[in-house]
Amino acid sequence: MNDTSTLKPGHIQGETGIWEMVIGLEIHAQISSKSKLFSGASASFGSEANRNVSLVDAAMPGMLPVINEFCVEQAVKTGLALNAKINNVSVFDRKNYFYADLPQGYQISQFTKPIVGEGEIIVDLDDGEQTTIGIERLHLEQDAGKSLHDQHPTKSYIDLNRTGVALMEIVSKPDIRSPQEAGAYVKKIRSILRYIGACDGNMEEGSLRADCNVSVRKSGEEFGTRCEIKNLNSIRFIIQAIQSEAERQVDILEEGGTIDQETRLFDTSTGETRSMRSKEDAHDYRYFPDPDLLPLEFTESWVQDIKEKLPELPDSLKKRLVKDFGITSYDASILVEEKDYVDFYQQAANGRDGKLTANWMITELFGALKKDNLSFSESPITSENLGELISLISNGTISGKIAKEVFSEMMKSKKSPSEIVKEKGLEQVSDDSEILKLIDQVISDNQDKVNEYLSGKDKLFGFFVGQVMKLSQGKANPGVVNKLLKEKLK
Amino acid sequence: MPNKDTIVDVPTVNKIARLSRLDIPEVNKENLTNDLNNILGFVAQLDEVDTSNVEPLASVTGHKLPLRSDDVNDGNIEDLVLKNAPESSSGFFVVPKVIE
Repeated sequence: MNDTSTLKPGHIQGETGIWEMVIGLEIHAQISSKSKLFSGASASFGSEANRNVSLVDAAMPGMLPVINEFCVEQAVKTGLALNAKINNVSVFDRKNYFYADLPQGYQISQFTKPIVGEGEIIVDLDDGEQTTIGIERLHLEQDAGKSLHDQHPTKSYIDLNRTGVALMEIVSKPDIRSPQEAGAYVKKIRSILRYIGACDGNMEEGSLRADCNVSVRKSGEEFGTRCEIKNLNSIRFIIQAIQSEAERQVDILEEGGTIDQETRLFDTSTGETRSMRSKEDAHDYRYFPDPDLLPLEFTESWVQDIKEKLPELPDSLKKRLVKDFGITSYDASILVEEKDYVDFYQQAANGRDGKLTANWMITELFGALKKDNLSFSESPITSENLGELISLISNGTISGKIAKEVFSEMMKSKKSPSEIVKEKGLEQVSDDSEILKLIDQVISDNQDKVNEYLSGKDKLFGFFVGQVMKLSQGKANPGVVNKLLKEKLK
Repeated sequence: MPNKDTIVDVPTVNKIARLSRLDIPEVNKENLTNDLNNILGFVAQLDEVDTSNVEPLASVTGHKLPLRSDDVNDGNIEDLVLKNAPESSSGFFVVPKVIE
């Protein structure tokens, strides 16, 4: 029933008309600190079970939490990068619930007074359009431990290494209107976090994960009842989960049913969401201010110091790339996605043709890496070597076609392009006398075609160019070939 | 403001008990409800004071929240951490299955 070909992303065609999605995201970003939010145990990933646990994390009686200054700084830095209001006084609350991997019986979080208030970011969509997504708040909180359920038939195994690791929860406004926008929003947040170094953004290791609030409505109507899909750890899953959840809601509503506000899980094997065991009173967290912690206060001048040290952020960098290198805004938005891309590009394009460099990097290099299943950091081609290739094309040493041959050799051998050109004798031939020799041969071999051409069959000109190029093994300068052939065939 | 004598009733006590994972015998519930109402009623006297223009007070000592630098100086004490656990295995706490 869904004719998706004519529908806008985020729209669903139902029996009763077109439905629109309303989406809000809560992103949990692990702060890149060495130690935990309230204890001096290591926050590193992948250690032996319960190695990175202090008596504070294990919630032994009488232990007191002491906050990590670096984590506070990262939250403020992130708030500034999200153009958000920084709250110089914020409060920590206890969020009470019982679970085996939460030894305290509560999570220390921020409820009524978060460290960062409203902000907004600009999100780049695939069609080159931009949209602004509002930020509701950002607060600091503790992560929970990890439960392993597959080690024993009747027991769960608990590892508290992650317990108490610092998280920032970044809550968007319900401004997102399609799964694709949600994906682009997460990408942008991740990119900003990596630029400022507040979080490594590694979704596979769980450093960045998202809860998605999804509801549907007819255009112009009030928001519908929402469901929350928990703990999605890849952009692809976020997009799939939102689409499938919205379709599920439309099916229910069109059959005359109502949506229960509930928490759902995304099953990656079926591509569908399912209800979590219905938790009675699950949302009765009985928040109250943590009596172990005074309000968190800092001065405006401390905030200003952090602001001055902020690195250049993707949006401003993008504008600068367009201005300095003359590339399109779309190419620039791809290049600023990752700090590593921009650094590579700026080195490769420095003093060279910016557009040509961007094309080679985005089309050829990214394409080749994807084909060989390599990450960007594993690229066999360095920024220096790509830059050198661009120079060889720009100064006419090799043609664009030969450049592709050199490029694939660079991917294989990691050699510099000038080395490859020299070894294989690939220099472009631009010398008139050498090219004239080739032209003469082509003319004498194809006398019949020459006669046809001279009697008015203009289309044959391309044939002669092709023959000369072939004879030169692709090395003849096509511009020179064109010019000389025209003179010759007058 | 509800009548201070009936701030909580038996269903509320049941709910709080469930949220706190406390098993309260049926015979004690009536008394417990009365006790809670007495305590809350006593505290409710504070509602008579007009605090609409008063900022919430976080501390009477005037201390500020202390901050620590981001150093790893704790942990590596898994034996100590697991010492009181009724059951453990290869460094993990072992508990009755809690999967949903």
